[in-house]
Amino acid sequence: MFSYKFQWNQAFARLPQMLDGALITMQIAILSMVLGILLAIVLTVFRRSGSRVLSGIATSWVEIARNTPALFQIYMAHFGVATFGIHFNPFTSLLIGITFNNAGYLAENFRGALKAIPETQTRAGRSLGMTSNQAFGYIMLPQMLRIAFLPMTNQMVWAILMTSLGVTVGMSTDLYGVTQALNALTFRTFELFALAGVVFYVIVKLIQFAARLIAMRLFRY
Amino acid sequence: MIEIEKVHKSFGQLKVLKGIDLRVAKGEVLSVIGGSGSGKSTLLTCINGLEPIDSGRILVDGTEVHAKSTDLNKLRRKIGIVFQQWNAFPHLTVVENVMLAQRKVLGRSKPEAEAEAVRQLSHVGLGDKLKVYPSRLSGGQQQRMAIARALAMSPHYMLFDEVTSALDPQLVGEVLDTLRMLAAEGMTMICVTHEMKFAREVSDRVAFFHKGVMAEIAAPAELFGAPKSEELRAFLSATH
Repeated sequence: MFSYKFQWNQAFARLPQMLDGALITMQIAILSMVLGILLAIVLTVFRRSGSRVLSGIATSWVEIARNTPALFQIYMAHFGVATFGIHFNPFTSLLIGITFNNAGYLAENFRGALKAIPETQTRAGRSLGMTSNQAFGYIMLPQMLRIAFLPMTNQMVWAILMTSLGVTVGMSTDLYGVTQALNALTFRTFELFALAGVVFYVIVKLIQFAARLIAMRLFRY
Repeated sequence: MIEIEKVHKSFGQLKVLKGIDLRVAKGEVLSVIGGSGSGKSTLLTCINGLEPIDSGRILVDGTEVHAKSTDLNKLRRKIGIVFQQWNAFPHLTVVENVMLAQRKVLGRSKPEAEAEAVRQLSHVGLGDKLKVYPSRLSGGQQQRMAIARALAMSPHYMLFDEVTSALDPQLVGEVLDTLRMLAAEGMTMICVTHEMKFAREVSDRVAFFHKGVMAEIAAPAELFGAPKSEELRAFLSATH
């Protein structure tokens, strides 16, 4: 028999706490994106370096990040490294896990974006006396980031949603963690998680809107 | 002076240059004509070291281009090159396109680089397009921008690799006019070109390349007026 009585006001009363959690969620996602983009650029440079060691590191990173569950990656960043005596708090572990995932996916996006830029762009830069690093940094990189902007937005959305995996490593301050804790306290499972779902949805929409504004501002060509 | 001595170059099995000997003096305008695959474009990319050579040597102002000790990035500042595909940097405005290498390679200050960019762009007739992105320019305008970009580096030599070949016919004239202007100003130039009329008018000498060999080289009146080889006669009658 269906005998559950919805008590939405119980959930709404907790909304301020959940919004505090949402801020932590956004903080992790933004940090993991900034770090992820920087690392993905490093991985891209590694892959183009011609060094077998460096490109091996980059390829392994991308392979693991893209072909294993994000949950596994976050678990490893917490319990996995703990085996070797390295102990991170849940926030750090979650951040490392998501950053690892972001960097792997973004590096692959960047590779595709670079392929879309004609090689003659580099040649034009080199002809003007630029070093290969200058040609990459001033000519290829900006165009690469523009082409990969949409995939980067997607990855940002994915980073927001991945924060929900933090509960598995004891994260209790982000949106999902807060909701989980409130559920344990009140047992208003459906109401709380439905509300959390709505908050996630709104955050993602806000990010997509912000991305559109940024794109308009940055890419006028 | 550009000195090319016994240069051989191949791409895999394909021999593109088979012992080229050529000297281009300061202030000279040399046009290079020939069928496609004759090696004329390859020669240009060898002169500025974009392509390695198999044997022989190329000297630019006495510096051997392909010597290990040569700083190619430094040498390339002396040699401007413009390609068939102009390669505008799409993420930069016209003036930024011309400023970038000045700032990063020559270390010029922003005002200095901007002043020089404006000067060069005005020179090629793009003074009113400074803040525009290249995607808004016609092919001819983009090609002139590429010329200004190369000139802003104050090169001693300019190499032009079929710079009008990718242009719509009605845009060819404006780019050739720019080249004529440079020639008149005394710039040392090597122009690989299919524009016979241009080659005849502007050049001090014209070289005819055929199958990786420089088959003939002479003053334009002589080369066009009295071609010695059967190949050149065939080539000229095909292009006229």
